[in-house]
Formats: sequence, C-alpha cells, structure tokens
Amino acid sequence: MPRISLNPAAAIFLALLAFGLVGPLLVYPVFLMKVMCFALFASAFNLLIGYVGLLAFGHAMFFGGAAYVTGYLLKVAGWPAEVSILAGATAAAVLGVITGLLAIGRQGIYFAMITLALAQMFFFFCVQAPFTGGENGLTAIPRGHLFGLLDLSDDVSLYYVVFAIVASGIFLIYRTIHSPFGQVLKGIRDNEPRAISLGYDVNRFKLIAFTISAFVSGLAGALKAIVLQLATLVDVSWTTSGEVVLMTLMGGIGTVVGPILGAAVIITMQNYLTGFAEWVVTIQGLVFFFTVLIFRRGIAGEAERIYRNFRLRAVSPPRSEKTGRQDAVAPRNAA
Amino acid sequence: MLDLPAPALFGQLLLGAINGAFYALLSLGLAVIFGLLHVVNFAHGAQYALGAFCAYLLLKFAGVPYWGALILSPLIVGLLGSAFERLFLRRLYDVDNIYQLLLTFSLALIIEGTLRALFGSSGFPYENPLPGGINLGFMFMPYYRAWVVAVSIVLCVATWLVIEKTKLGSYLRAATERPDLVRTFGINVPLMVTVTYGAGAALAAFAGVLAAPIYQVNPGMGANLLIIVFAVVVIGGMGSLMGSVVAGFGLGLLEGLTKLVYPTASSTVIFVVMALVLLLRPAGLAGREVH
Amino acid sequence: MPETVLPLLSLRDVCANYGPSRALHGVTLDVHSGELVTLVGRNGAGKTTTLKAIAGLMRDRTGSIAIGGAETIRLAPEKIARLGAAYCPEERGIFASLSVEENLLLPPVLHQSGYSADDIYQLFPRLYERRSSQGTKLSGGEQQILAIARILRTGAKLLLLDEPTEGLAPVIVDQIGDIVRILRQRGFTILLVEQNFEFASQLADRIYVVENGRVVEHFSADEARSQPDRLRAYLSV
Repeated sequence: MPRISLNPAAAIFLALLAFGLVGPLLVYPVFLMKVMCFALFASAFNLLIGYVGLLAFGHAMFFGGAAYVTGYLLKVAGWPAEVSILAGATAAAVLGVITGLLAIGRQGIYFAMITLALAQMFFFFCVQAPFTGGENGLTAIPRGHLFGLLDLSDDVSLYYVVFAIVASGIFLIYRTIHSPFGQVLKGIRDNEPRAISLGYDVNRFKLIAFTISAFVSGLAGALKAIVLQLATLVDVSWTTSGEVVLMTLMGGIGTVVGPILGAAVIITMQNYLTGFAEWVVTIQGLVFFFTVLIFRRGIAGEAERIYRNFRLRAVSPPRSEKTGRQDAVAPRNAA
Repeated sequence: MLDLPAPALFGQLLLGAINGAFYALLSLGLAVIFGLLHVVNFAHGAQYALGAFCAYLLLKFAGVPYWGALILSPLIVGLLGSAFERLFLRRLYDVDNIYQLLLTFSLALIIEGTLRALFGSSGFPYENPLPGGINLGFMFMPYYRAWVVAVSIVLCVATWLVIEKTKLGSYLRAATERPDLVRTFGINVPLMVTVTYGAGAALAAFAGVLAAPIYQVNPGMGANLLIIVFAVVVIGGMGSLMGSVVAGFGLGLLEGLTKLVYPTASSTVIFVVMALVLLLRPAGLAGREVH
Repeated sequence: MPETVLPLLSLRDVCANYGPSRALHGVTLDVHSGELVTLVGRNGAGKTTTLKAIAGLMRDRTGSIAIGGAETIRLAPEKIARLGAAYCPEERGIFASLSVEENLLLPPVLHQSGYSADDIYQLFPRLYERRSSQGTKLSGGEQQILAIARILRTGAKLLLLDEPTEGLAPVIVDQIGDIVRILRQRGFTILLVEQNFEFASQLADRIYVVENGRVVEHFSADEARSQPDRLRAYLSV
C-alpha cells in the first residue's frame, strides 16, 4: 500500500529536483532562491503542524533570528559564509530549545498563543538590540566566500549552494518524518493519551521535533539573509510567522511536497502583487481566508484526493461516490 | 524602597492602569468568545482598531461626536462580527479548531491590510472629549484617563455580573459545557454563538474607541496589543473571566512600574512574567485548561 | 395493531450515523399519547442513539420522525423542543457551573402546562434544601431527579428518558420508578431507555427490543409479564 501512494510523490520530487537543477537557466535565480528559502522554512514549520499536530505561531523568531545572526557575522565580524550560516541555524535551534521548553507543556490553542507571544518578545528584543540595526535592519550583507573559495556574490554559484543546502534540509525533514522517531510523532499527533500510555515521553519527542523545526527554519532564514543580503524586523515579525502558516496550508498541511508548492505559489503571488503595493496584505488575507474556508487540504492534499478517487474509480466504479465527500479526510491530517 | 518622586510613581501607575484597562477589556472579550465558541479570536486586535477607525470616520464624515461613537462604533463592529460568525466561521465548527483560529487570523490580515491601504500607516489624532484634569495633590489626574479606567472597571464588572448572575448568563455557562443538551431545552444556541461573537467584537471596538483619544488611531494599533493580551491570557488563564480582568489590570500596573525602574524592559516584562509562569505553573495561574 | 388515533411519536425507518459508521439501520416504532414505552436491548444496540435522533442530536439522520404529526427529521434540536419533546441524557447532564436552582430553571418554559418551580420543590423537597449548591455536588440519585425535574417545568408532553436508573442504588431505583409512574399517571408520554429488565417490565405499557440498530421485537405489558424468558433472552449476554 504505501508504495503505491509514495510513487506519485516521488515523481513530483524528481520533477522538482530536475527543475531545481536547470532552474537558473529559466527563471531569475534570486527569485528562485527566495522561493527555496521559504520552501525550506515552510517544510520546517510543516514538521510541527503536519506531523506532531502543533500549531506554532512564532516561527519568524527562528527564521529572522538566524537571519540576523548570519547577517551580523558576515557583515560585521567578517566570518566565512559556511560558519555564519551554521551559526545562524544553531542560534535558532537554541532559541527553539528555550521556546520549546516553555511552550511544549501547554496544548492546542495555548501553544499557538505562547509561541506567538514569545516570538513577539523576541521581536521587541530585536527592536532594541544593538546588533540588529533597529528599524533599518542589516542591509548590504556581503555574501562572502564558501570555504574561502567559491565567490557567492555570483548569483548562479550561490544558487547551487542554496539549492544543495535546501535540498539537504528538506531531506532531513523527510528522513525525520519517515524514521521510527517520526512514527512516534504521528502517534502523538493522532492520539496523545495513547502515546503516553505506551510509555513514550511525549514532551521530549515534541521538544526534539520543535528543535529540529527551529534549526531548519533558522537554516532557511540564514540563507535568506545571504540571498537577499538583508535581515530586517519584518523577518522576525508576526506577519512572517503568519506567512509561513499560509504557505504550508496553501500547499497542503502534512504533505512533504505541499510546503514547497505553497511557498512557490505565495512568493510568486507576492511578486505579481507588487503592483498593488498597499493592497498586498489585504489580498494575501483574502487568499488565506478562502484557503481556510474551501481549500483546507491545500494543493498537494487536493491532488492526492483526486488521484485517490481516480484510482478508486478505476478499480471499483460504483463505490467512488462515498469517498469523494468534502472534509472527510482533511481535518484528520491536521489534527 | 525605591527612591522615586511621588508624581512620577503615580503618573506611571496611572499609565499602567490605562494600559491595564485595555488589556482587561480585550482579554475579557477573548475569554467570552473562547468560552462559548472555543475559538481564539485572532481578529480581536483588528476589531479593536476597526472600532477606533469607526469612531474617527463617524466624526469626520457624519459629525458624530465621541459619545455617540462610543455606542455606534461597537454596534457596527459587533454586527460585522456577527455576520462573520454566521456566514463563515460557523462552517468550520466541525473541523479541527486550528482552522477557526486561522480564519480569524486571516480576517485580522484583511482588516488591518485594508485599513492600512485606505488610511496609510501613520495614523490620525482623535480629539480628547474630556480635556483638562484635576490636581490631586500627589499627582495631576487628567479627566479622560480617569474616565477610561472607571468605565473599563464598570464594563468588566457588568460583563461578569451578566454572565454569573443572570438568566442569559446561565444559558451561556450551560452552553459552554454542553451546547447540544442546552439546544434540546429549546434554547437557540447557534444564535447565542452568533450574538456572543458579536458581543466580543463589540467589546474590542469599545476599547478601540476608548483608546482613540489616548493613542493615535492607526491600523497597527490592535496587532501589537493583541499579542500582549495573549500573554496576559496565558498568565491569567482563559478559564475565568475575573482571572483575565485581574491579570489585565495587574500586568498593566507592573508594566507601568517597570517603565519607571528599568525602561528598557517595559515592553517585554509581561512576556517575561509569562515565561516565569509557564516554568513555575505550567497550567497558568487560574490553572484551568480548556481543550 | 389497528389504531385510529395518530401516535404522538412515530419513527419510520430511521437511520443515523456517527461519522462514517452507521448506528441506526431503520428504526420503526410508535408511541401513543399517554403511553410509557420502553426500549430495551444490549449495550450498543442503538437505544440511546434512537433517543438522540428523536431529540435532534444526531445530525446525520434519515427516515421519518414525527412528533404530534409534525415531521422533525430536518429540524434543529431547539425546534424539536418546541414541539413538546424533552430529553434527559444518560449522564444526567447536570451543569457544574450552575447551581441546583439554576439547573432547574435553565430550560425555558415552552408551554404553559408545565410544573412551576414551587410544584417541583414540593414534589422533591431535597432539591429545595440544596437549591444553592453547585449542581454536580448532588448525589447521583439527586442529580437524576434534578435532571428529570428540570424538564417538567418546560411543559413538554413527551419525555425521552435515557437510563435513569443507571449506576444507582436499589432504593433510589425504586424512587425513580415511583417518579416515572407518577409522571405516567399525570399524563406524560414517556419513551424510556432501560437496561434494567425488571424496572422496564414493571413500568412499561409496551416494550420494544432494539438490536443492531433495528427494532427486532415488540411486547405488550401482558406479554412481557407472561413470557419474561423470551424477553430476557434478548438481553442475556
């Protein structure tokens, strides 16, 4: 059974991988890199909401925090790129451990509010901290050299470095989900009391997942700081936390390719919307609104449902009607 | 004790009480909505800003003064809130409750984004309807600020009385526990839900009108406040209405004092308290968790 | 059974689902005005679900449920209540955040024919004594009495009682039996779900046996008393 449902996903992965490799020949590389950063960010977020059932509402803290650290190390301390990136992601992981320790004990809605509040505290900290550049942020961050050799100021070289890191990050998430550890996470998502009664230290599992998610979010933020040469308060603001939720939801919560597709759609949309300048937030809000109301499964979720229905109809035509019911599956994925 | 001049101390305490009044009003509205709907209303801050803008627009285009806006603006925002619940939010009661949260969040984006697009981010002043003040000897008390604190306390107590002591309140409490059973008694719970959401939004709008003369009327006024209110709610717990009100005022005062002692920490002190509470009493001070 | 009078409650081929799983597979039964009818059957047979379907609590229900001739299959629970049906759940449904008196006065009076609070306090002095304590602080038996008493105020004609004796001591069971008998004498129509076979056969005018979400057998009071073994066979595990 799992082999059958895995194959189309694998096909999509191969297609994405192939597109990623030739991407810079077709599309403006900086745009693609931005999409990849957010795809990684959304994948990290999805690890929590899709596979542990935790709605974290403060992931901008890890994304933006890492962007600041990496940006500062490159610009002011003049560290090499690879060390700066790693330091940024590690800083995010540390923030993740702290946030996780505080938030993991509370459930559901409270978890969302606590993570949001802690992220806001971090935001206020960034407003005042001396190394963030305050309202202006860190601008013109030098991209530096990878291992002192490869000049990253060249868009195409940077592109393949970013591509490699993002692909490894997403692979890390994928491995986590499909490992025995990931099975336990899904068990916790589906029935926490049962996981507890089976003797699992549920909070420890959640904390580890949260830390991985924070680390990968940080990786995404660090890359973003290098790609756009910019780290600002926007990166740590609650709107960014909301944006990653939207990307994941739009792509499909609890699917591996979903967040990638969601990030691509939202970033593309933002690109096209720059002409509407001041109405961008409203439009994004409306898209969010109707995604929640009528498109909760997201792109990958809907595609999977159509594919399943199609297969089912091919196997046993008369029975397909019942499985086609709206909302029969979607909420479980997210719960 | 700290060696502080009395006027500065009382001045900061008053500022703290004002902030506390807004924390209390907003967390009360959140708690009322949460009690019956089990929805965290992420649009609460936007509804607060909408209330302030309503007052501003009513004054500018219809000549409605502050006191009229104090009634009309909550009414308008309350009706809009009820319509939102009835037309959209209601469709999500059968699915996981994160979707309800996300829908209110997206509503917040729509409201705030639209206000920003129409009116810009800089904001507008709103004239103080009660200028002047009185010298109390130890401090100067502006009339308007006294009014804000007083009316907030009255409103909080009134809300508490309605819920704890009236027939309607008993419907609300019962419907919070077992909405289905309450419906079999012939009580229209879905209508109550619509009205309750509207009332919560109206309460936020009322706070927005109150805030207009003190802070500026601007699109971002709600979002930042709401996150602080979330921290207040985590500290006080959403289980009890009184808990959220007391926590609101208490934390406002604490913030005021911090501004005096160590100004740098004043914007984060509430979050620090939240973190401490989470470490020491993971279930929150009120200790009642609703799943 | 030829009947010229329309039954007060009439179910025809009622099906209901809990999510994807079907709980009722076509229940058909009638309850006439003034009757006390009992549903018996094993755990999970569909007795409680039948009551919930009548009260409107099973959203996914099909078939026909008529109360006083009015079709209710698509009505919301609050509308069904206005037709004179009142539901008393198995777990009693006493509200913890309400006092005993608030619990009693909670259901609005929908028809003037109901009991007043004074009548009820006279009938159940214990409730009066404890009127200001928290509803759930009452003993199980007292909670059951409160749960029944509270729907008498509304003027409902049709009482849907779900296992009022469950988990109660024999003395209290007798007391509940007396109350149900009195209500029957005062003209209430009662549909009672009961696992307690003795209790059911003593009180009921008629008994329906429910199995696998269907009515599989029907006994009059006389039949139930003359052939207790046949009835018991349905309930034995």
